[in-house]
Amino acid sequence: MIVVDDLSVSYGAVRALQSVSFEAPSGEITAVLGANGAGKTTLLRTISGLVAPLSGTVRKDDEVLTGRKTEDIVRLGVAHVPEGRGVIAEFTVEENLRLGFMIAQGSLPDALAEQYEMFPVLGERRRQAAATLSGGERQMLAMARALIARPSVLLLDEPSLGLAPLVTAQLMQQIRDLCAKESLTVVLVEQNASSALRIAQRAVVLRVGVVVANDSAVAVRDDENLRQYYLGMVE
Amino acid sequence: MDAFLTSRNVSDVLGGLASGVIYALVALSLVLIWRSTRMLNFAQGAMAVFATYIGFAILAPSTNYWVSMAVAIVAGLVLGGATERVLVRRLYGKPEINPIVAMVGLLLVLESVAAAIWSTSSRPLATPFSIVDWQLNHKPMALSPFAVYEIVTSLVVMAIVAALFQYTKLGLQLRAAALAPEVSRLLGVRVSRMLTIGWMLSTAVGAVTAVLVASNFFTGLTPSGMDGVFAFGFIAAAIGGLDSPVGAMVSGLALGVVFQFVGDYVNSNAIILVALGMLIVSLMVRPSGVFTRSAQRRV
Repeated sequence: MIVVDDLSVSYGAVRALQSVSFEAPSGEITAVLGANGAGKTTLLRTISGLVAPLSGTVRKDDEVLTGRKTEDIVRLGVAHVPEGRGVIAEFTVEENLRLGFMIAQGSLPDALAEQYEMFPVLGERRRQAAATLSGGERQMLAMARALIARPSVLLLDEPSLGLAPLVTAQLMQQIRDLCAKESLTVVLVEQNASSALRIAQRAVVLRVGVVVANDSAVAVRDDENLRQYYLGMVE
Repeated sequence: MDAFLTSRNVSDVLGGLASGVIYALVALSLVLIWRSTRMLNFAQGAMAVFATYIGFAILAPSTNYWVSMAVAIVAGLVLGGATERVLVRRLYGKPEINPIVAMVGLLLVLESVAAAIWSTSSRPLATPFSIVDWQLNHKPMALSPFAVYEIVTSLVVMAIVAALFQYTKLGLQLRAAALAPEVSRLLGVRVSRMLTIGWMLSTAVGAVTAVLVASNFFTGLTPSGMDGVFAFGFIAAAIGGLDSPVGAMVSGLALGVVFQFVGDYVNSNAIILVALGMLIVSLMVRPSGVFTRSAQRRV
């Protein structure tokens, strides 16, 4: 479980997040929605320690994450797949996965085999440079690289960006299956509100750094005002 | 066969390789730092010489050569790490001119301090290998036990560095930290530690290089003894591509051989001109380096 409590972040004079509070329960997907510049990416970057907050705290279960280094937060089981996926293009598929496994315990070959089973295309391309993968394959690699260390929290920043609708649908399904199977805490940042709300249990809607809704995904989906004014979902 | 091995061209190649491995090592240590911290370490030669003085001048002159070399390597590791922690760390994210000025400043300081402590006169090292060329049928071959030692040691150092980067967990992290620092942090790589380790490795490679250079009976150890070698190593790194360890090493070897031929067939004074000419041409044709390649996208 991730608990964000009264979190404020600013970049110089610009306030990016203002008293943001919400809970992301384990075994569920919490969608964080909002327009460009709403502070969604900043929220994830603050959770994983890349950005220091002005005030407020982030906790994972009983552990306070705020104030810790990114490198240590990852070791507490918080995996962050950044915007643009962050696949290292010069590395082979397998080198990317080996890097993800670095903080994990146990046998590397077993862990690799497990990911190749979940994402067969990565197994086929294990010796290829990640630069040669398609957008969907890169997203799979980024997910596999995060999952190979067996995290308990998965932060996903716009996984559907640049993917075809069919690939996005498959990806969302995969995220939902993973979340249920591993009882992961998933925080899913998306601009594509409709596909995120289809798989999420909870939804937090941000508008220029302020939480305007924090409810079940169903309630957010059915709220006409939210849909129209904040999520840009017009039937 | 003997006539071939003692022929003028083969002699030039062998002699060229013996100096080329030195340029290759200098280029390699520059690339190690450039890849991780985007800095040109102009103090590389002076740091290497300083580590060599620690191994060969502080210990009693009777100390075993190999013990002194090991001490010089350790001194290189420490000096490189300390330089990154104390000086270089303050230069990250600053305008590009800052590290250049700082590194040239460090070069001057280290050479002056070395001269003040150990004087500027050349200090011969007790080299365990003869620099007298082998003879074949009473004709000298341009290869001495010392040259073989130089070549073998350099190749071993390059192989160790390559294996470290390619096959170990540390190497994977070093490469990742250089290519994508933020993503690496998100995967748990302690990036600032990797930068320190990069400087340690680079200076240790430099220390081996300086020991090899100073082990040559004709040069010995002097505070500014690496200046000339550094210039050629720098040119090798620029031609090969500052991002490419393999390119740096190959172009170092190639430069050594080309210089030997120029010195033999033209004039040894022409070497520096040829070096600058090669640098200018390569910067015009392939400014990012002959061996630097960007991964092609295949979707």
